[in-house]
Amino acid sequence: MPSVAARTPGETAARVAIYAVLGLFVLYYLAPFFVMLLTSIKPLDEIRTGTLISLPHDVTFEPWRKAWGYATIGVTNEGIKGFFWNSIRMVIPAVLLSTFLGAANGYVLAKWKFKGSDAFFAMLLLGCFIPFQVVLLPMARTLGLLGLSESMWGLVLVHTVYGLAFTTLFFRNFYVGVPTELVNAARIDGAGFLRIFWKIMLPVSKPIFMVSIIWQTTQIWNDFLFGVCFSTGATQPVTVALNNLVNTSSSIKEYNVDMAGAIIAALPTLFVYFVAGKYFVRGLTAGAVKG
Amino acid sequence: MNQSARPNNFFSLLEGALPRIVVAPSFVAMVIFIYGFILWTLYISMTKSTFLPSYDFVGLAQYVKLWSIERWYVACRNLLVFGFLFIAICTGVGLMLAIFLDQKIRAEEYIRTIYLYPLALSFVVTGTAWKWILNPGLGIERLVREAGWTSFTFDWLVNSEMSIYAVVIAAVWQSSGFVMALFLAGLRGIDDSIIKAAQVDGASLPRIYGRIIIPTLRPVFFSSFIILTHIAIKSFDLVVVLTRGGPGYSSDLPATFMYAYAFSRGRLALGASSSMMMFFMVMAIIVPYLYSELRRKRHA
Repeated sequence: MPSVAARTPGETAARVAIYAVLGLFVLYYLAPFFVMLLTSIKPLDEIRTGTLISLPHDVTFEPWRKAWGYATIGVTNEGIKGFFWNSIRMVIPAVLLSTFLGAANGYVLAKWKFKGSDAFFAMLLLGCFIPFQVVLLPMARTLGLLGLSESMWGLVLVHTVYGLAFTTLFFRNFYVGVPTELVNAARIDGAGFLRIFWKIMLPVSKPIFMVSIIWQTTQIWNDFLFGVCFSTGATQPVTVALNNLVNTSSSIKEYNVDMAGAIIAALPTLFVYFVAGKYFVRGLTAGAVKG
Repeated sequence: MNQSARPNNFFSLLEGALPRIVVAPSFVAMVIFIYGFILWTLYISMTKSTFLPSYDFVGLAQYVKLWSIERWYVACRNLLVFGFLFIAICTGVGLMLAIFLDQKIRAEEYIRTIYLYPLALSFVVTGTAWKWILNPGLGIERLVREAGWTSFTFDWLVNSEMSIYAVVIAAVWQSSGFVMALFLAGLRGIDDSIIKAAQVDGASLPRIYGRIIIPTLRPVFFSSFIILTHIAIKSFDLVVVLTRGGPGYSSDLPATFMYAYAFSRGRLALGASSSMMMFFMVMAIIVPYLYSELRRKRHA
């Protein structure tokens, strides 16, 4: 890049244009969230008389209280809070299980290859890409047979199983980069499979654990398809509840409550993104490199 | 002596088998829940199942029926329109933003963070936000009318001719930042000395981009195309929340068609055959891609 002093008028104009375009897109990406936030603190009559971006005269947090605690969703009117906790109860075990299994699988596939391990990996890789519609009907049947169709544990099972492909991939690609000489030296010293994992691999694994945990947390929290197919009523995750809230046809549509509900449903993943965004992006590009 | 040798032998055998024992549960889960279920769905799609699964084999009859349903054609046509626009706009916007951001921009990190945050949101949240913004009575239409253009109309959400384009708007908002991140990573991987050398030769910046930089990003184009196609074929949540496939079934996609037939209308076999069609669509692009990726790695 030429230094500032050497810039010609043409170059200056080009830089102004670049900043203008980048700025416009900042507005474009921020606008929906801004509008949601604004709407969520307006009373209904101001929504009817004002526009999307008119500032509220009377700021009210009533829509938030209602969305959280007493909005009607399905047959109950206890707001979104129960569904929010459902999601938390579903996300924690599913993320931990899929990450732990992925770490173990990745370790084997990177450092303890056996006959057929490459084939296993290729099959798993292909499994990352199937449209989940193709497993919905057998899964519904299987969950029924296992007696899990109405329970949170059914969803935990589903998310763990279909998250495995991704977590295995993350850990496998990470462990491939750990020098094999290290593993071989430890083997000569008499360290076995578990000891090497515990003493050599795990201590260097913190970044990839972060990637896997953050990635799985957002994926599972944001899931709608499995939630809507495999849960009913009180066991639904928050995304399904939000859809029920928004798409309920009632005489008075409370847009402010809808928006507050949407923000509540988005808060955990937004929080994760802003606190650990670097791991989120790394998971994203790791997922992209492999396909 | 002999007594201690035996356990040793046993443990060394166990030790040798440990890697396989560790991956065994995942292997079994994969074989059953991925490959077994696909075959199971394939079988359901060749039966007469309606509300309950029946296992009377009827061959390809459900597929013939599927392709005679007008609604399925609408879903496939929508997928073509939606997929094409979604991929083209995301790629164009993503590439442009990445190139601009790569010009030593102040506050780049903040801008990048803002461009990417929609991706952390659920499609249900995204759909809720855009349903509100695109709402003809209260959203953008009202905003522009209040600003003085009283005949302005923007009713895509409820207009059966345009509803699929409303889905495109929200989908692009959600995913274009992701494509930007991919291209930016690609740009950062290019050796600066190539650009410097071209500048010394007197090439202008747009020319350098057009002739040198963008062509070297080919692998990024390729992977973002694959990922976006995959997202498009799987799109479900966004349509459900934004338009519920409507008005009528004008904004249906194969994924919402499948859900409607398998879960709401009790046409299990037909739903299964539509999901198999989705599976074939995805495999048609993924298998060649994975094949070339794995082969390239082996040769590298």
